[in-house]
Amino acid sequence: MKTFLKSLLCALALFVGVAPLAQAQNGPLRIEITDGVIEPLPFAVPNFVAETSGMEELATNIARVVAADLNGTGLFREIPENAFISTITNFSSPVQYSDWKAINAQALISGAVSMNNTGEMSVKFRVYDVFSGQELGNGLRFRGTREGWRRIAHKVADAVYSRITGESGYFDSRVVYVSETGPKNERLKRLAIMDYDGANLQFLTDSSSIVLAPRFSPSGDRVLYTSYETGFPRVFVLDVGSATRRVLEDQPGTMSFAPRFSPDGNSVVFSITEGGNTDIYLMDINSGSRKRLTNAPSIETAPSFSPDGKRIVFESDRSGSQQLYIMSANGGQAQRISFGQGRYGTPVWSPRGDLVAFTKQNKGRFHIGVMRVDGSEERLLTASFLDEGPTWSPNGRVIMFTRETQGANGSASLYSVDVSGRNLKPVRTQGGGSDPSWSPLQQ
Amino acid sequence: MSSMKLTAVLAASLALGACSDTGQFGGGGLFGGNRPADDTQFGDPTSPSYFQQAIGDRVLFPVDRAVLTDEGRAILDAQAGWLAVNSDYVAIIEGHADEQGTREYNLALGARRANAVREYLLSKGVAGVRLRTVSYGKERPIEICSAEACYEQNRRAVTVISGGLSS
Repeated sequence: MKTFLKSLLCALALFVGVAPLAQAQNGPLRIEITDGVIEPLPFAVPNFVAETSGMEELATNIARVVAADLNGTGLFREIPENAFISTITNFSSPVQYSDWKAINAQALISGAVSMNNTGEMSVKFRVYDVFSGQELGNGLRFRGTREGWRRIAHKVADAVYSRITGESGYFDSRVVYVSETGPKNERLKRLAIMDYDGANLQFLTDSSSIVLAPRFSPSGDRVLYTSYETGFPRVFVLDVGSATRRVLEDQPGTMSFAPRFSPDGNSVVFSITEGGNTDIYLMDINSGSRKRLTNAPSIETAPSFSPDGKRIVFESDRSGSQQLYIMSANGGQAQRISFGQGRYGTPVWSPRGDLVAFTKQNKGRFHIGVMRVDGSEERLLTASFLDEGPTWSPNGRVIMFTRETQGANGSASLYSVDVSGRNLKPVRTQGGGSDPSWSPLQQ
Repeated sequence: MSSMKLTAVLAASLALGACSDTGQFGGGGLFGGNRPADDTQFGDPTSPSYFQQAIGDRVLFPVDRAVLTDEGRAILDAQAGWLAVNSDYVAIIEGHADEQGTREYNLALGARRANAVREYLLSKGVAGVRLRTVSYGKERPIEICSAEACYEQNRRAVTVISGGLSS
């Protein structure tokens, strides 16, 4: 295995705390113990070659998006163009490894963009392991439209990420969230959808009613959310392509909220409040038939399916404070899994099935954290005045959430953090944002 | 209602006057401006604005609780009395929470608070068909600072009068 590969795989294997540092070098792999900080892998992405005239700007833009995707993971560090000794002007020419080795570019990504006479764009790329002087995998080509250039760039970056880390990527994905404007006491909320990096923003609703907590379907084609458009909180399902919506649950005298899809996309698990008591229900989205899963005088809400669809993690204050529980997807007996100090809410099962992300409130602070499904190995990834509502990246490597700042001028924005706790950063949105839901990788 | 009791209710409602809102279904709506409390004149005693300002349209709750306080019950006694006299009106009870909680939990908590008010008014003889509830969770704070002085005003259930012949 190649040097930089090995180092990155080691880095990815880390979860938290004291972690071996795998430092890629020209020579034998060296492992050091550090505080979980890994040295990002230096890479170079020269501007892609425009093989058809007029494609120069697009070729540059695609290379920039690929570089931004990789840089943004915190696992890679881009070497700026002004450090380059040479560049790539011909996609097929042999690579001058020594030029890239000299600037310590451990990975090199080259690419080319062309357009055929039917208007189809083609993007080719190659990945090189500079220090071993070999190509990593074979060249690959994606085809698409000119308008779809960002998606193609994300697909290239996903392929590079996947080749270097051995895991699937998360760049060709979208985020649906609540766009927020206005002061705290008159906040206007509307559903918005964007690429994971904030590009291609679209609004799915207007701001005439409060909307909360949109959740993607497993294939990303539909979104569940809660809206006050009837005057009461109600679960709606919205078709992303057409932006048409329908109310899912409209029983008078009740409110419904906190919906999520089952992994097969055919059912919705959510809360209904009746007479002040909140319980969890499961509904067949096509027939509308409904089954009650919990039946307790306490608050049962924020349900989330396991990826195999067999279990549901949710929050309940049946013990006297908000805690996390797991039950069968058919309801019945639930097992408490959170036992640390403080309150736990908004659990979300990881796409890999091994972890549950949650919001924790303790001593006046909010945290995003993860724990094993059995409640062990709790780790807090963030701390602030108000962090809440985690959502997983498609590969289970990154968590996005809402961070709200303190005070009369407080506002909400989206942040992301690695499941290791590293690489905490704001997600670019237009204005404020809350309640993100990360789509699966697009098909 | 005894005059002493009315005085207490008036005092409580005046204390709240600075942060009164009118609610989505009352005059003005959620997004309407605050109506300043008039110390001397509450207008027509059968009007929703009189209910809001003179009777007191809201009760406050302790942190993470939905139990009524003594002050809250006194206000609700007055609300029940007003609703008994002004029988044309219906009400929506809005439950709210402060920002110190997760969104879904606060929705459920607000519903508990609204329901606590509804149950109390039912026990005082108000017909159930006249009282609906809704929770806004932490979505509509009335006070916006991040301190207990604001939080205690936000942990509230507001009885919003609507549907009267004169409204």
